Amino acid sequence: MALAFGALFVALVLCALAAPLWADLAGRGPEATNVTGKIEVDGRQVDVVSLDGTPIGPQWRSEYFLGADANGRDVMVRLLYGARNSLLIGIAAALLTTILATLVGLLAGYLGRWVDAVARSALDVIWAFPVILLGVALATALAVGGLQIGPFTLEAGSTAISIAVIAVVYVPYMARPIRGEVLALREKEFVEAARAQGAGPLRTMLSELLPNLSSTIVVFAPLMVANAILLEAALSFLGVGVVPPAPSWGNMIDAGVERLVTAPHLAIVPGAMLVATVLALNVLGDGVRDAFDPRSRASWGARRP
Amino acid sequence: MTRFVVRRLAQMLVVLFAVSVLTFLIFNVIPNGDPAVRMAGKTPTESQVEAIRADWGFDDSLPVQYVTTMEKVLGGSAISYFSQLNVRDQIVEGLPRTLSLAVGAAVLWMLAGVALGLLAALRAGRLSDRLLTVLALVGVSLPVFWLGALASYYLGFKAGWFPNGGYVPLTEDPLDWAHHLVLPWTVLAILFIGFYSRVLRSNVLDTMSEDYVRTARAKGLSERQVLLRHVLRNSLIPIVTLWGLDFGAVVAGGAILTETVFDLQGVGQYAAEAVGQLDVPPVLAVTMFGAFFIVVLSTVVDIVYAILDPRIRLT
Repeated sequence: MALAFGALFVALVLCALAAPLWADLAGRGPEATNVTGKIEVDGRQVDVVSLDGTPIGPQWRSEYFLGADANGRDVMVRLLYGARNSLLIGIAAALLTTILATLVGLLAGYLGRWVDAVARSALDVIWAFPVILLGVALATALAVGGLQIGPFTLEAGSTAISIAVIAVVYVPYMARPIRGEVLALREKEFVEAARAQGAGPLRTMLSELLPNLSSTIVVFAPLMVANAILLEAALSFLGVGVVPPAPSWGNMIDAGVERLVTAPHLAIVPGAMLVATVLALNVLGDGVRDAFDPRSRASWGARRP
Repeated sequence: MTRFVVRRLAQMLVVLFAVSVLTFLIFNVIPNGDPAVRMAGKTPTESQVEAIRADWGFDDSLPVQYVTTMEKVLGGSAISYFSQLNVRDQIVEGLPRTLSLAVGAAVLWMLAGVALGLLAALRAGRLSDRLLTVLALVGVSLPVFWLGALASYYLGFKAGWFPNGGYVPLTEDPLDWAHHLVLPWTVLAILFIGFYSRVLRSNVLDTMSEDYVRTARAKGLSERQVLLRHVLRNSLIPIVTLWGLDFGAVVAGGAILTETVFDLQGVGQYAAEAVGQLDVPPVLAVTMFGAFFIVVLSTVVDIVYAILDPRIRLT
């Protein structure tokens, strides 16, 4: 079952990558509005957005396959481009979380002493904030001026900001178990053997400890992507994620909720895509965990937004 | 015992201080640009920004700025520059609504999670267990704001079974209060039910293979007594800790999305609306009070545990 859902996730990623192809077919890009246009339906000319503001429903052909939104934009094209944003942010954030958490876990667990004390208290403090609230706080604070990290400038409203915010929020949830693992591994004979042969701390961490952490990391990865995608959708829904008119599933749902009465497909379709993606990742993660590490502490659903 | 409590309280104060510093850094130091402009919201005027700069002391050194910020937020003089309303008053007003949501949802997800988890454990490997696994996976994959918006529209507005959002105080009309909250409770609980039932299922399966369970069976206790008094009671301990923390997170602003889609006007929705306006003071205050609440709650949980189970005090 896990494999089938893994394939579903891969298929979703491929669809997102193919977004420009569909946009060519549909004849308009994700942000092209068409409030006053007409299209031909059953031989008659019909408004894409009627005079009372109701957008046209699904047409099941290349143009307006899933209908239009309130600005006359093609929902199918936006859905695919939205998938690009949502998946890109989710995957990149999860990757960054993994790198940061592994770094923190390795350093804290292996070096111990004050490094461990500092890392642990820092993680504890971040842990005190509810996930969604910390994400919202960071995203709001960075929404006006952006962020400067050394030579890198992350522009306000860019995807880089969303990625950084989501990545940081989830670091404690992954760094803690990795640190625990390192503490256990540190006492093993093979680490001692490496040290006896004169391996320094850096070498021991990279070539002895890191390979043994790989199963934990692999088990966490799909769950981290799932959580990151959900948090991205939540931030966009609240207005501090992907900035409209650029589409993401979260801001499409946000816009759709206001039009449930006249055009329910605007909220249902992106939500269904979101559920399908997150479900695929969670089932995949469940299978990976059973295969690699049945007793691991990684678990889907823990501490989600 | 006294020593443990004193040490734990001292620890709590340190964490509270660290939380306040981190909140201050997130809003006033880490982002690029002028903090006064950020405070002023989406469309600030020059004079507004200058007034805010003087008021919050953004020209002072960072430690002084920190003290000023804490005085304003903790002392209750911070106002929203969008609505001009006092932030603390708004939070206090939203609190009963948020608590109503959190308490009901927490009871619901605990009961349903335990019942379904126990059922899955007893039927481990059979069809109903697999079905429950699938349902749990679906449950944790649903975005609460989407599910909530659809439930509110289709079951509330369209079918008319429930009110279409809103809140009625418990003291005004208990029945109407519950009627308004049934949907939010359920939607919020679905998030947790899947997870709790999974955790309980694996706890029960672990406990079943313990020696004392075999002893209880050998003594001739009925299966029902073994399950309820020996297995379930011990399997519940980790869940109860989790429950306390999750409940705290929900009260502390974790229900920001649920409150918003059901228009409950609690603390979470107050923050969500401020976020939409990029109105920083309410977001800052809710974030800090939320984290404070969690820190205090987890200290209380630790102390209660230590009273109940003396072994914990040793660590």
